[in-house]
Amino acid sequence: MFEEIKKSLKVSIWFMFLTFPIMVIKVNLTDKVIIWRWKNLILVGIGSFFLSFIWRYLLERKAKKAKKEEMGIGQTSIFLKIFNNPKYAKPLYIIFLLFILAFPFIFSMYQTNIMISALIYVMLGLGLNIVVGLAGLLDLGYVAFYAVGAYSYALLNYHFHINFWLALPIGGLLAAIFGIVLGFPVLRLRGDYLAIVTLGFGEIIRLILENWDEFSFGPSGISNIPRPSLFGINLGVKESTIFIYYLIVFMSIITIFVVNRLQNSRLGRAWIALREDEIACQAMGIDKTKTKLTAFALGATWAGFGGVIFAAKTTFINPASFTFLESAIILSIVVLGGMGSIQGVILAALIMILLPEYLRAFSDYRMLIFGASMVLMMVFRPEGLIPSSRRKYEYDPTKR
Amino acid sequence: MDYFFELFFSGLSKGSIYALIALGYTMVYGIIELINFAHGEIYMIGAFTALIISGILTILGFNKISILILATIGAVIYSSAYGFTVEKIAYKPLRGSSRLSPLISAIGMSIFLQNYVLLAQTPNFVSFPELIPEIKWLEPYSSFLGSTDFVIIVTTAIVLVLLTILIKFTKIGKAMRATAQNQVMAALVGVNVDKIISVTFIIGSGLAAIGGVLIGSHVGQINFYIGFIAGIKAFTAAVLGGIGSIPGAVLGGLVLGWTESFGTGYISSDYEDVFAFCLLVLILIFRPAGILGESTQQKV
Repeated sequence: MFEEIKKSLKVSIWFMFLTFPIMVIKVNLTDKVIIWRWKNLILVGIGSFFLSFIWRYLLERKAKKAKKEEMGIGQTSIFLKIFNNPKYAKPLYIIFLLFILAFPFIFSMYQTNIMISALIYVMLGLGLNIVVGLAGLLDLGYVAFYAVGAYSYALLNYHFHINFWLALPIGGLLAAIFGIVLGFPVLRLRGDYLAIVTLGFGEIIRLILENWDEFSFGPSGISNIPRPSLFGINLGVKESTIFIYYLIVFMSIITIFVVNRLQNSRLGRAWIALREDEIACQAMGIDKTKTKLTAFALGATWAGFGGVIFAAKTTFINPASFTFLESAIILSIVVLGGMGSIQGVILAALIMILLPEYLRAFSDYRMLIFGASMVLMMVFRPEGLIPSSRRKYEYDPTKR
Repeated sequence: MDYFFELFFSGLSKGSIYALIALGYTMVYGIIELINFAHGEIYMIGAFTALIISGILTILGFNKISILILATIGAVIYSSAYGFTVEKIAYKPLRGSSRLSPLISAIGMSIFLQNYVLLAQTPNFVSFPELIPEIKWLEPYSSFLGSTDFVIIVTTAIVLVLLTILIKFTKIGKAMRATAQNQVMAALVGVNVDKIISVTFIIGSGLAAIGGVLIGSHVGQINFYIGFIAGIKAFTAAVLGGIGSIPGAVLGGLVLGWTESFGTGYISSDYEDVFAFCLLVLILIFRPAGILGESTQQKV
């Protein structure tokens, strides 16, 4: 016990030292005053003292759990038990679906709008899940395809008055083409090189949108994008929000359906094989080029759809909506949810988007909490909220 | 011709700073194969620490040279401390897990540190005091080589020589090279791998802090967000040169600096960042391992 307190004291002193200049001192050079904020130092000291206990306790627990699993007596979490048992899972899904369907009638317009953006992220997350979770290609520029979708609707509408319903497939198709265009040069790259090239690609798209005024109207963006119409009838703001809500619910369900079918198809298994071991995968006769390109194209398509819906929802887009932070958020949705796991990605998208919205009370601290929780999540639960379970073919001697 | 030299030297000084930050990326990558996304933030914290220290000393009335030296030392100490702590919190518990987890953790750390500085200091740009004094005998060349540029280039050169000596000729450098080649073997022959990883983070962060002080006095203003774009650029430089290779990081930084400087000077200043990324994509297509990187065949 005494040892533990000593350790925590050390940590506490270290953090007081570490945060000293930034948390305590504030210099105003124009008025030549130094502001000392000693209160912060005490807060950091006490906070880190207690947090270090919790930190060490949690690390120990994690190590114990890993040991147990090694010995083969690891238990699966409650989450997994529920999700893997159809007896519990089915009613849960149905309740969840009913809740989602009834949502705009229970909650206010404001809440519905937040839910729409959360569901857009569900779509984006599931799309990126194909690229990162299934095919194992680390894409840090996914937001570029989202931007392609959004801008293709906005620009096509501006120049040619193409309506939403025609723009939706065109946006998806254009994003897919961009996915293939990006995919070709990076086919030979592995892992982290791929990550940085995709990051660069995302930034290039954003910078072009920002600087090429004649094409994309620069940083001021495009406004007055029409909302979708229902069989030619133009809806009011409230009705069209509800309409977009059901549209995005419908699109999400299609996405879930498609991704789920793909996952267990020949192509999906090829992706997983590619993720696990490229060389072994080629040896099994899988066409690496084709498999990778389809992953990029299909992943990008969902981002394109998401982009078109986003543009229709906000009626205004500018390049500031498509920064690297957006890519990072989508990627963390995939990883936090559990790579390759559909339920996980949905849950993570809802948490990641809804939580900051409801944390508005702490609005100053919300990005701080967001960053910290990403780190903590990775440290204590790196497999994600709902780890994906691989389909296994087991021999059961009792069922002969 | 003066214009050419002006661009040449501004590219050289910019490239030197990229190189200083890129070294941190490349050293960390060489040892634990991790893109340390929080590295840009370490550089930003270095710049802020230097700003705070130099602010206090200016008010207390120290002279310029001593402020420059003390602020740099302070920035290096604090950045190293931050680098060390970030590794212990966000990366060490993740050793041995899948490759993506430390990357996400790094992105989270980067967001956290940005907002930490934003909340504790200021969301606005703050002006950075001019720390580098005018050098008298440079005046005839001042049309294309300012004294700040000169100091940046010379400092970078000195730091690089010291780093090379450290890595090539000291015991700890030998241990670092061994760990980079094969962690398990290094541990078997008695290298304390954990310590070496910490040392790598400390050195890399210290270099970034020097970059932070230099860029602060070069540009004249900083905010909490400068780490992000500099981090991406520096990482691009590291990849350009061949990640994991120390001369590669320097070469990559310089090539990137020149590309940007000539690109903006002769073509268009709106697309400064686009040039950098296009260069990266082109080089990776034709030389996937970077300019100086060795392309290793993947083994089964």
